[in-house]
Amino acid sequence: MSTFAELLLNGLSLGSVYALVALGFVVIFRATEVVNFAHASLLLAGGYVTATLHDDIGFWPALLAGIAGAALVGAAVEFLVMRRYRGSDQSVLAIVTIGVDILLTTELTRRIGTDVLTPGDPWGDAVLTVGPVSIAHTRIAAFVTASLLITVFLLAFRFTSWGVAMRAAAESPETAALMGVRLGRVSLGAWAVAGGLAAVAALFLTVFPTPGLERATSLAALKAFPAAILGGLDSTTGALVGGLLVGVTESLATGYQSDLTFLGRGLGDLAPYVVMVAILLIRPAGLFGTKELARV
Amino acid sequence: MGGSALLVRDLSAGYGPVRALRHVSLEVPEGTVVTVLGGNGAGKSTLLRAVCRTLSFHGGAVTGGTVTLGGRPLDRLPPDRVVAAGVSQVPEGRRVFSRMTVADNLRAGALGGAGGRVGRARALRRVHELFPVLADRAGQRAGLLSGGEQQMLAVGRALMGAPEVLLLDEPSLGLAPLMAARIADTVREINEQGTSVLLVEQNAALALRLASRAYVLEVGEVTLSGPADELAASDEVRRRYLGVVDEDAASDGAATPDGLPSLSRWKG
Repeated sequence: MSTFAELLLNGLSLGSVYALVALGFVVIFRATEVVNFAHASLLLAGGYVTATLHDDIGFWPALLAGIAGAALVGAAVEFLVMRRYRGSDQSVLAIVTIGVDILLTTELTRRIGTDVLTPGDPWGDAVLTVGPVSIAHTRIAAFVTASLLITVFLLAFRFTSWGVAMRAAAESPETAALMGVRLGRVSLGAWAVAGGLAAVAALFLTVFPTPGLERATSLAALKAFPAAILGGLDSTTGALVGGLLVGVTESLATGYQSDLTFLGRGLGDLAPYVVMVAILLIRPAGLFGTKELARV
Repeated sequence: MGGSALLVRDLSAGYGPVRALRHVSLEVPEGTVVTVLGGNGAGKSTLLRAVCRTLSFHGGAVTGGTVTLGGRPLDRLPPDRVVAAGVSQVPEGRRVFSRMTVADNLRAGALGGAGGRVGRARALRRVHELFPVLADRAGQRAGLLSGGEQQMLAVGRALMGAPEVLLLDEPSLGLAPLMAARIADTVREINEQGTSVLLVEQNAALALRLASRAYVLEVGEVTLSGPADELAASDEVRRRYLGVVDEDAASDGAATPDGLPSLSRWKG
């Protein structure tokens, strides 16, 4: 039972980090209707800035720099690339983001090389033990931070003018423009916010018990894809539920791997996708996604 | 009073090779209601899109002419600057943000206005006075409102920007006659409060009652214009837009052999 509790808690923590990444996907998708395949490289960029700076300026300033850096990279991608294609078909834009992702990832892997960069976090490998259940401090920090950020984000989305503009633009860009919403600014903001959230996620994807930031970290970010999709690409609630579902599934599948050897190894990496396919078979628009409705 | 609020001169616009507006000129004098009549495809919505600079959303562009508001040019501005300059549009088909609450829809309407916090509060009071139902339903999703209430919301949302000129694209479309009359009363009230109105309508009877001046748009060109009461009395407009059958047409009908028109079987 204690194994189960540990796996569940770890899964929730991991899931909340995936939710941060998935939220970024959803924000960009809602503001611009573009599926952003470059998200993993934004995450890697944020993690890279934090990991390289923490020795010189300390952890917290480095983390802030990482967040700012990833937000800047996101904004730059929007401003320098996506804006030139505005008005093009969304599928064209999605493919453009694949190109951006290849460019950014190539440059970052060149810089990282074969190193494993430590994020320099203050939690280290400390473990909290309550009765039979033990959980790493980093996991607790991840869960608390992610929950906090998500709450702030959702409140802002609901109550600020920025949120109203964002939701209006998501529902109908033309009508939003008629109301005086600056669509360029909305989309720039969405990319920057998504970058910032990804940088925070990057930190918690590279802390204990993982070895640190390496080239493969962006692969971990890809797990937020099934999270965003199974939640419904245009739903913030969906991103949260999807993230948690993916995290818990992965954690449980990895933890009980020894009981599931007949399925082969590496089940933990595969399980999120299995869940996604299963959910999409039953609800094609995702758990909370808006159904495509066409009036005839 | 007396000056012109919105002045459109020689405006041409099109969608790719299709020319939707040809050298259209019209004027909305300050404090008046002006209507533009015309059937489907006459270019009415294109005209409003050209003024609000949203043609690009439909693959269109302005190819010539000028639009000015109180002497300041509006052409070549992005849509948000047009709103900030004082022109708000109620788009055809209402287009409320159906997933957002009524209150958030109104907030969205105030995003482009220049009034600040005080101006927004005043605009909201005005909207709630005009449409008390919007205050009652503030927390409800806009998609759940009835058609008439959605139209009220669309008008209220546009007023949140405290515009000098309000553009209305077929506000009576799809509404029950009683609700259409209600909207018409509100338009009159809005105008009396000092907002100039450019009303685009297919319902000519309603539009001509409201407006002091009218233009008839056909296939992208202004074919008739003049004081609304004169146009309402003109045979041309009566026959085409007011559904008044003239004597000749009536006698044509009477001339069929058995007095009743008959349909031939369709041999498709």
